Amino acid sequence: MNAIDWRRAIRIGLVLGVAVLIASVIGMVQTFDERDMIEDILTLGQLLLFAPAVYAGYSAAGKSEERRVAAPPLLAGLLAGLLTGVPAVLLVGLAGWWTTIRDYFVNVSPQLIDILTFGRGALQGSLMLLAVMAVLGLIGAAIHLIPARVRRPLVNATLITLIFSLFSDVPLNIANQFLPRDIVRRFFPTKGVTQLAAVIVFALSLAIALWWEFSGRTRRQQRMATITAEQRRRNSLIVLAVSAVLLLVLPSILGTFLTNVMTQVGTFILMALGLNIVVGFAGLLDLGYVAFFAVGAYVTALLTSTGDLGLGINFWIAMPIGVLAAVFFGIFLGIPVLRLRGDYLAIVTLGFGEIIRVLVRSDLLKPIIGGAQGILDVGRPSIGPLTLVTPQHYYYLLLAACLLALFVSWRLRDGRAGRQWMAVREDEDVAEAVGINLVGTKLLAFAIGAGFAGLSGAIFGSRVGSVFPNSFELLISINVLAIIIVGGVGSLPGVILGAFVLVGLPELLREFVEFRLLIYGILLIVMMLVRPEGLWPSAVRRREMHADEESPPSVAELEAPRHEATQPMV
Amino acid sequence: MTAMLEINDVHAYYGKIHALKGISLNVEQGEIVTLIGGNGAGKTTTLRTICALMRPTSGFVKLNGEDLNKYKPSQLAAKGVAMVPEGRGVFSRMTVLENLEMGAFHRKDKAGIAEDIERVYALFPRLKERHGQVSGTLSGGEQQMLAMGRAMMSRPSLLLLDEPSMGLAPVLVEAIFSTVEEINRQGTTILLVEQNALMALQIAGRGYVLQTGEIVLSDNAKSLQRNAMVQKVYLGVE
Repeated sequence: MNAIDWRRAIRIGLVLGVAVLIASVIGMVQTFDERDMIEDILTLGQLLLFAPAVYAGYSAAGKSEERRVAAPPLLAGLLAGLLTGVPAVLLVGLAGWWTTIRDYFVNVSPQLIDILTFGRGALQGSLMLLAVMAVLGLIGAAIHLIPARVRRPLVNATLITLIFSLFSDVPLNIANQFLPRDIVRRFFPTKGVTQLAAVIVFALSLAIALWWEFSGRTRRQQRMATITAEQRRRNSLIVLAVSAVLLLVLPSILGTFLTNVMTQVGTFILMALGLNIVVGFAGLLDLGYVAFFAVGAYVTALLTSTGDLGLGINFWIAMPIGVLAAVFFGIFLGIPVLRLRGDYLAIVTLGFGEIIRVLVRSDLLKPIIGGAQGILDVGRPSIGPLTLVTPQHYYYLLLAACLLALFVSWRLRDGRAGRQWMAVREDEDVAEAVGINLVGTKLLAFAIGAGFAGLSGAIFGSRVGSVFPNSFELLISINVLAIIIVGGVGSLPGVILGAFVLVGLPELLREFVEFRLLIYGILLIVMMLVRPEGLWPSAVRRREMHADEESPPSVAELEAPRHEATQPMV
Repeated sequence: MTAMLEINDVHAYYGKIHALKGISLNVEQGEIVTLIGGNGAGKTTTLRTICALMRPTSGFVKLNGEDLNKYKPSQLAAKGVAMVPEGRGVFSRMTVLENLEMGAFHRKDKAGIAEDIERVYALFPRLKERHGQVSGTLSGGEQQMLAMGRAMMSRPSLLLLDEPSMGLAPVLVEAIFSTVEEINRQGTTILLVEQNALMALQIAGRGYVLQTGEIVLSDNAKSLQRNAMVQKVYLGVE
């Protein structure tokens, strides 16, 4: 029996306790408490308080493999859980004794104290909080005692239930499409889910997870082993057909609200696919990418707007012009800056993005592009007699645009251009030595990337109906860059997944707008620590990040000093 | 007879620093010529000038009588000039085979490329064993082999090698140099830049000694090995 690392248990408990304290003091707990997850049982605020205690207990008790039923790990969990509650209790005490605390910490409100003490008053409530936290720590530690084959399904089912109730907007909106209101109400109150719904989801996911653990996995492995190439091809065709049908009927399943979220995600997927060519394929770090989005949006808006500034041209004529304008700007910017490498390129493009934003805001250009008032009444595309107005209509337009961009990216990546980009990214001098034209290669990446952003901007302006300088902040560039980093640099499915995670999910959690960037930052840090290659990395990147695990060092490597692989900046 | 590579009175600058002060040298078809000299003598700069990565302020570089400076660096591969840069630049995220294919980037003849890959594998059997491995995970010696193999993929008539022995164990250096000789026997002219004068003069026919941007000596390799100054400064013989 290994000795328990008590110092580690104490440290984990206190660190997470301080995290809980910070979340309380900055008002996060109270704001999140307004979001019900499971009716009358759990709010998101409570989850924020309790989850750290469970995790503290779990991680203080050590690795599962080493443990059998024994007191020390459970005690460590209990201690860590208890300590997680201590800073919050100190806050309660402090708030009772120091009556003017709110002059300094505005968020330490009576409601917050109520949440922390379960509305039972300072003394009784504090004891209760400590007890609850300690028990949760104990439960966290006890997770290790469950046999692995049951533990995994149980943990997964719990997580699925929590995610389901947190993002209950998704099932709620889908249910509203098909079921009468009073039935929907039985599962979904105004926010979160009812206890009945939570139980059903938990039971269902547990059953599926258990089945998978005990039978499904092996059965699948057997099938995969015996499957012929012919069958495999047919299977992937079926998957493809089903996803195609699903993509086509999605707006009528999702309802207006969720379809609107999808169009938002689509706008970013399109941009991220473009930036992925520049950053992911060609390795050119561009921080002013939003400029091309703005060019596409403004040119299309100016050409189609029926307002004072616009020309009222048909959208289908204006959109290609907008895209071409963005491509032209990409080349225009590219020619002078592409001699720069790495960080320098990033700084110059950052400046360029800001110049565009300042220009569109300026009084100088106000008579032409509207200054801070922007351009209103942007034209809408029409197909025959149908004019695109609703989110559903734009969903299809964006779907077509994304599929086109995806196809172009995919063909370029696997073709000669993709190889050229990869070579330039790795070593510019050697790339030239093997006969690759540096300037042409980089300009191609810049131009195509800018074109995708321009297309995205053109559709964006039309969808929103107006174009303002504020829509083209630096934050958009950062956001798009974060999408491809979180998804996996250079990976096409990764980019799409990244857009859903970083654009779609926050849309569903609108309540916490003020903490959005905080959560975003934490998420990025955690990603870089836990999974630096991204959620869905490209094969090359996976290879690179885990090269050590795959190929053991050779004799030759021991003979000669290992050449350091050059790490790109992102 | 005109030389294959002719460099005449080339001057080059890094900003205000006068790096090459009138270099003249020539390489005949089929030779191994070495350019030796200490750190900062201008060896790499000379190679960069040949490859058009740097423009000389005066003087010219001619290949078979044709001025090379009117071309872009990326056009030289098609002219039959291949360079293996210092520090063995391989495309570290590509596999060995992909690196070799990149070497034939400007060529369109698939059959010829496949043939040349086999030829490179024959020169460096180690690369064949590791053809699917990501080249960033190769050892230093293997990366040097790969960089040379990739250069050979463009079927160069002139191969420029920049310090192939750098950072390698002595046993590997010998292997690399004997492959250089083999490549030369198969018909490729070689200009070899080296600090390891001892090894370079053993395989080269002729040599130039470069000091602070000027050529101070040029002779056949045997005479250079016997030259008192070369022995003292570069071969470490007292």
